[in-house]
Amino acid sequence: MDLIIEYQAQLLSGTWVTIRLALISLAIAVMFGLLGAWAKLSKNFVAQKTAAAYTTIVRGVPDLVLILLVFYGGQQLVNSFGAITGLWGYVEISQFAAGAGTIGIVFGGYMTETFRGAILAIPRGQIEAGIACGMNRFTIFRRVIGPQMVRYALPGFSNNWLVQIKSTALVSVIGLQDVVYNGFVAGRSTRQLFTFMFAVLMIYLELTAISDVGLRWLDRKYSKGIVRTDHG
Amino acid sequence: MGESFIAFIEAWSPLDLVLIAQNFDRFLWGALVTLQLTALSLVVGGLMSIPLAIIRAGNNPFLNAPVWAFTYLFRGTPLLVQTYLIYYGLGQFEWIRQTVLWDPILSQAWWCALIAFSLNTAAYTTELLRGSIETTNKGEVEAAKACGLGKWMRLRRIVLPSAFRRALPAYSNEVIFMLHGSVVASTITIQDLLGVGRWLNGRYYLAYEGFITAAVLYFIIVLLVSRGFRLWEKHWLKHLYPLEVVEEKPKKGAASFRI
Repeated sequence: MDLIIEYQAQLLSGTWVTIRLALISLAIAVMFGLLGAWAKLSKNFVAQKTAAAYTTIVRGVPDLVLILLVFYGGQQLVNSFGAITGLWGYVEISQFAAGAGTIGIVFGGYMTETFRGAILAIPRGQIEAGIACGMNRFTIFRRVIGPQMVRYALPGFSNNWLVQIKSTALVSVIGLQDVVYNGFVAGRSTRQLFTFMFAVLMIYLELTAISDVGLRWLDRKYSKGIVRTDHG
Repeated sequence: MGESFIAFIEAWSPLDLVLIAQNFDRFLWGALVTLQLTALSLVVGGLMSIPLAIIRAGNNPFLNAPVWAFTYLFRGTPLLVQTYLIYYGLGQFEWIRQTVLWDPILSQAWWCALIAFSLNTAAYTTELLRGSIETTNKGEVEAAKACGLGKWMRLRRIVLPSAFRRALPAYSNEVIFMLHGSVVASTITIQDLLGVGRWLNGRYYLAYEGFITAAVLYFIIVLLVSRGFRLWEKHWLKHLYPLEVVEEKPKKGAASFRI
């Protein structure tokens, strides 16, 4: 315990990196999820097929493989492209950018399915009513689809987020100094790896517990005025 | 033709396909390690989860609380950290190093990965099975009671068979997640599929070849596994699907007044 207090600065800064990584990748995932859901539901053949290929690939390949591929391969790709076209010089992709981008894109695939299901769950008549009231597509999304989609998507969204927050641990493999990396370094230098890994485990448990409270609050907020069936 | 074909590929392919082909047997071995670790941990974790799920679905608080704590801990934390805790962490304790288990098992990366994966999937499967045990139709249990089946007989003949079936779609997700999660093995020196990819890239100082080959092979494995599960579901959940209605075509010449 004394050792953990001695190393708490490292653990806290690592936790902060983990939280930032999780939140930024969540924002990317939501963006890709909305885009993907829109493409899957659109009438455009190319958009549909692209979205289908995206979700299939991203859900078929483990996230760590993609993180490594983007971190090592992506850098080389960007630099060769820059060298051939002469548009930019040497670019370095940081561990944080590679991690947040890849995890965001991977979970965007899962979010696509969640959002698509949520949009389909909205009764078609409401959208038609919106059209009849003379709303344009953007207004319909903002006033009719958007608020209800949040409610329908929340269970799936919560699930994805809880998996995603745990996936951020993988970024320590490419050397990002997150809570796992810092805990591992501290544990190795003090030869107390069990103590430190257990502390890291507890930090993750804390993060999931806090998100659970937040998600439950969101769920209550967005299902105000909804009578739930009691399946007793 | 052969040699000129290889020379053509060497000159034009962005990936070093010849190198991949030369090392392909290593990749297959890696895939075998991945499949073996995943399958074994699913079997061990699955067997553990059945009694645990029965405890969780029951109402004995003394048994329920520790099982709840176990599933909460393992579902709320990353598999990577769990694996590190077992592989790197256990060596911290002198008394564990002294036990008989240390030398053949707990100091070996493969065994540590198997233990971590099994506990992880056991935790997820327990909660999944608990959900489907709890949603068993009340009438079925009442009918079993009326037939005079005892508690264990009810569980074995009525509750578990239907719970397993209902859990199947969610369990196929768990299997895919475990397959994805098994890449963690490569971080504790195991030469699984990703481990081979990392080895190849490190040895020849490459950026794409190893990872892309591993990614393609993982993709194929996931595709086959999910196809397999879909067939399995079709067989075991046949009674839950809507009946296929065969529409009769009106015969030619017959007057049809159907509106």
